[in-house]
Amino acid sequence: MLAERIIAALREIVSAQNVLFEANQVKAYDCDAYVAEKSLPSAVVFPESTDQVSRIVKLCNAESIPFLPRGAGTGLSGGATPRNNDLVISLARMDKLLAVDFDNQRAVVQPGFVNLVLTKKIAERGFYYAPDPSSQSVCTIGGNLAENAGGSHCLKYGVTTNHVVAAKVVLPSGEVVDFGQPFGDPVGYDLLGVIVGSEGTLGIATEITVKILKRQEAVKTVLAYFDHVDDASRTVSDIISSGIVPAAVEMMDQLMMQAVDKSHYHVGYPLDIEAVLLVEVDGLSAGVEDTARRIAGICKENHVRMVRTAKDDAERALWWSSRKMAFPAIGRISPDYLVQDGVIPRTKLTEVLRRIAELSREYGLRVANVFHAGDGNLHPLVCYDARIPGQREQAMKIGERILELCVDVGGSITGEHGVGLEKIEQMAYMFSAADLQAQRRLRDVFNPRDLCNSGKLIPQPARCAEFRDTQKSAAQHMNPTGRDIFREEECESC
Amino acid sequence: MANVIAAASAPELSSIETSVPELLSMTAEAPDADKYSACVHCGFCLEICPTYQESSDENQSPRGRVYLIKEAAEGRLPLDAAVIDPVFACLDCRACETVCPSGVQVGALIEEARGQVHAAQLPRGINRGLEKLVLRHIFPYPVRLYAIGFLLGLYQRSGVQRLARRLGFLRILPRHLQEMEAVLPAVKARPALQTLPPRMAAQGVRKATAALFTGCVMDVFFASINEATARVAVRNGLEVVVPKQQLCCGALQIHAGDRQQARELARQNIDAFLATGAEYVIINAAGCGAALKEYPELFRDDPEYHSKAEEFSGRVRDISELLVEVGFEAPTGRVDHVITYHDACHLCHAQNIRDQPRRILHSIPGLKVVEMQDSERCCGSAGIYNLTHPQMAGQLLERKMDDVPEGVSAIAMGNPGCMLQIRTGVHRRQQDIEVVHTVELLDMAYAEEAR
Repeated sequence: MLAERIIAALREIVSAQNVLFEANQVKAYDCDAYVAEKSLPSAVVFPESTDQVSRIVKLCNAESIPFLPRGAGTGLSGGATPRNNDLVISLARMDKLLAVDFDNQRAVVQPGFVNLVLTKKIAERGFYYAPDPSSQSVCTIGGNLAENAGGSHCLKYGVTTNHVVAAKVVLPSGEVVDFGQPFGDPVGYDLLGVIVGSEGTLGIATEITVKILKRQEAVKTVLAYFDHVDDASRTVSDIISSGIVPAAVEMMDQLMMQAVDKSHYHVGYPLDIEAVLLVEVDGLSAGVEDTARRIAGICKENHVRMVRTAKDDAERALWWSSRKMAFPAIGRISPDYLVQDGVIPRTKLTEVLRRIAELSREYGLRVANVFHAGDGNLHPLVCYDARIPGQREQAMKIGERILELCVDVGGSITGEHGVGLEKIEQMAYMFSAADLQAQRRLRDVFNPRDLCNSGKLIPQPARCAEFRDTQKSAAQHMNPTGRDIFREEECESC
Repeated sequence: MANVIAAASAPELSSIETSVPELLSMTAEAPDADKYSACVHCGFCLEICPTYQESSDENQSPRGRVYLIKEAAEGRLPLDAAVIDPVFACLDCRACETVCPSGVQVGALIEEARGQVHAAQLPRGINRGLEKLVLRHIFPYPVRLYAIGFLLGLYQRSGVQRLARRLGFLRILPRHLQEMEAVLPAVKARPALQTLPPRMAAQGVRKATAALFTGCVMDVFFASINEATARVAVRNGLEVVVPKQQLCCGALQIHAGDRQQARELARQNIDAFLATGAEYVIINAAGCGAALKEYPELFRDDPEYHSKAEEFSGRVRDISELLVEVGFEAPTGRVDHVITYHDACHLCHAQNIRDQPRRILHSIPGLKVVEMQDSERCCGSAGIYNLTHPQMAGQLLERKMDDVPEGVSAIAMGNPGCMLQIRTGVHRRQQDIEVVHTVELLDMAYAEEAR
């Protein structure tokens, strides 16, 4: 709980009805869509302008109050979870579309503006906003920027960082700066590139300029059922190595199909197939027809049981809803779930899935799989019941093992959900101490007092082993005299 | 058992706080753990929720409410204003259920949580005296309800209304009540429950027998819609019976958390309608229809009535739903209107009825249907929400009126609460737009054939 004078100061900035501070009022802000770890915020404030955000941040600095930004709270890695009882700066009321320039294909939005709403607002003129995370109907563009969100169509169109061209950012000091520029490549250091995907640790974007794209003339969506996962994964590799660039290639396994078929978005997947592929191609009408036929051909070469294209927009929409609602549909078969976000080389898919199945058996917890197969981004969903003592821990343990597996086969621990709280331990598995130290140094430039979303993304050198490792490698790389320059980062647990 | 709980928790909040977990294990009104466990906290419901759209506050979102209900039910939060206010500020519009991938029954959870608050007799910041009077002492008693209807009719017809308006007596009322008074439809001298014959033979080959549920608000303010419903059903081969023992459906009591009262009403309705042997129960009010279809929820702990309720609810059909199900004759009479359709929440979200009313509208010659943007967003009526939460209800009404397409001469819908609310909106904007029930238009078209 914050001191009364601080509450008064916050109210002064944003007005009384825009501050929540009673413990019971802020309970609903104790986590985002990653529910395994929770912590109460000290307060929640709802600013409505860049100036208000800046004043709040300055107040936090003056009073040494940890703070973090929050959009819709749909993040899956705990990025908006106030683990230090942080002050939550909700950007949900900064939800305006500030400008659209159709001729030059740019839109300027406030951070609380919802991803899909942008597409809806510009659809009439034939435009859309490309990054399409599954939560696009609710997640905000500010949150997308912080997490460098991806989505099904990023295979062809790229992730958020490829679509954000400029941003006004309130730095962790409260200073307001502009990064990037609406047109042309970045001049000077690409600081916008540093901000995008920084998970709210380097500042708070309050105005975001994005590219908007013209809709493609035609689109074809192909659904294919496979008896065996390895046939499906070989199909994915074959499609891409044939030179086709699909807009999206998605895969689900049997358990995932069962969950989504229980939701409103019932497709009616056969119960005895191991995998379903959803492949989309877009472009000029003539080419798209031909490409869809070639894809069906590749499926057939790989022993597909059934393959066909969507007969109309309604069917295409149903197939996509079935895929996009997959994560939460898991609630139909499990009270809690934890979703992982590992990336692997496409060719390792069969092997990694087999290992995941083994882990599932070893820990006695079901794991459903849904993934952006085209870019090797896996989303294993570990099913558990938090009411059963020990299950949550077991689920987190499987999650860790899966991420380590992804790293072992040459991949990474996150494709699009971010590190947040959830994967922070695995950062040390993926990166060397020197790598992490370089990242920490960058953070310290923007966020020297570590008040802004502290404890996310980059781990502190908390363990002695890593601490010594850090010292050693730093000494080797940067300080041949071996003088002890990192004494101030004493390990907490010693 | 209810008495024990009331005695244990009535005196003051502090004692309630400590006894919440025990209280919950004791009370039959505790929210169902399986229902809230289905929520995986994804947040996909946020943007569709009208109260979240207005407030951007997680506490006023479906995910937030379900979380608070869960935390209170499991004893991690006291059942105090921080939980109660969001639970009662919910419109119970069920829009979240339409988008929820996990199938959380938010409406049922909200109603159960309100039942829990009601059972524990906790304060909840609205005028409970008035609400209790209306929901406990008027709606359950047809005689009293119709007496009020009669007095209202008298008030309107005798010239007192004109006098009161001229002399400005109504200015002592809050603005939303003044506005509502201004748009009350002319109340008929007698409700349809009294004027309709107990049995009306089907026209042509009899397809089935359907028992008409006349409702309270519908029958007091819109008795003519009940009459139109009966005529349209008869015209389409349905024998219509009107069980005279029927009572208020209990929806308003369920929304307010008074499940005990609702159960009593439900038992009598179930008995009265099952006794007719009719294959269908017809309802033309969305809110009542949803409640009737959800009667089994009320009897989780009463196996006898639970199975009767299942049987009863299986027969309930909205009039538009039934007409499409048994097949209706396209009218040849013209009704010249440019119309837009408002989806009542309890038709589209609670009963998944979207296509049927539109099919009826499109079958009517002369009627031009223009779709309204966000037609499925709540108009703010929400039972008696516009009385208990006038500010939020007013904001939502404004948005609804903004969405009405230019140039329409009428707005059709399938719920009396929405009709009153949207009449208020039309009045507020001084527009020349009629507010009608879908079945009235079909009835008008059939009537035109004779000419």
